[in-house]
Amino acid sequence: MSDRREWPLFEVFVRSRRGLSHVHVGSLHAPDAAMALRNARDLYTRRQEGVSLWVVPAAAITASSPEEKDAFFDPAADKIYRHPTFYDVPEGVEHL
Amino acid sequence: MSTTDSRTRDTLATYVLSLADDALVSAQRMGEWIASAPQLEEDVALGNIALDLLGQARSLLTYAGSLTEPVLTEDDLAYWRDEREFRNVHLVERANGDFGVAVVRLLVLSTYLRELYARLTVSTDETLAPIAAKAVKEVDYHRDHATMWVLRLGDGTEESRARMQAALDAEWPYVAELFDGGYVDLALVEGGAAVDPAQLRPAFDRRISDVLAEATLRVPDVRPAVTGGRHGVHTEQMGYLLAEMQHLARSHPGASW
Repeated sequence: MSDRREWPLFEVFVRSRRGLSHVHVGSLHAPDAAMALRNARDLYTRRQEGVSLWVVPAAAITASSPEEKDAFFDPAADKIYRHPTFYDVPEGVEHL
Repeated sequence: MSTTDSRTRDTLATYVLSLADDALVSAQRMGEWIASAPQLEEDVALGNIALDLLGQARSLLTYAGSLTEPVLTEDDLAYWRDEREFRNVHLVERANGDFGVAVVRLLVLSTYLRELYARLTVSTDETLAPIAAKAVKEVDYHRDHATMWVLRLGDGTEESRARMQAALDAEWPYVAELFDGGYVDLALVEGGAAVDPAQLRPAFDRRISDVLAEATLRVPDVRPAVTGGRHGVHTEQMGYLLAEMQHLARSHPGASW
């Protein structure tokens, strides 16, 4: 019997309703993806939080590391021309 | 009220109470797994299943109580009946064993309930039909959950397979009682309000043997146990279960949150 600590970690994403994207809500352990999906249903959608679920093996996610934070994100701080703030917004345009 | 009406109400109440007690007692047993399952995730899964069963029990108890004279509440029926008045099968009252036993018992119970509730959705009884319509989706999920585990543990390691087969062999003598329709009044079945559980057996056997074959387990060839739950005759473990379930309500009658 495999040690229970060897159960892989899965990240869980829930779509709360149609039209929205899946949002990361947490993680859980499960022996495989099919069980992970069921565990996710029980842990994260028991109060009607969602209409769709994704589970992704945590090991399959490539993430930026905290050490790279400066090189990755700081250079964007002073590039104000990347923000569309230099346009006049015509009157009467909603949802901008 | 005419004698016929009153007799029908009595037999219907007995029938509904039998369904209710299966759900109530299995919910109580299942709840014992919370904080004892192999994983935190499984604690929650079994806890959810227990709560589904408790919800079914509450609806059914409330209905059964409405058919008695005088009318009884779900709490009257859950907390103030004694062992001999409970009508659940022995399968659901047996003490919890290892996780394999829990999985086998859940597979058996949910497969049976799935067939039962599916047929009760078209019951001529206007209260039973909607209760069954809600419950059938819940037990469908319970069956899926149990099937997942039976497949993984049955077709798993040598040890998990041996323990699953041992669990099956231990629980199987208690399967027959589920399908013994002696407690169901024939007039209720003919009137379309109730289901004769014996009719559920072929579908149950098909589904179970499919799952067990895929899990490389065999259907046990054992004699049925001597039971009597439908007539209020229970195992020793039932008394302990009721003591735990009822002591609070009996120690503080009428208490509320």
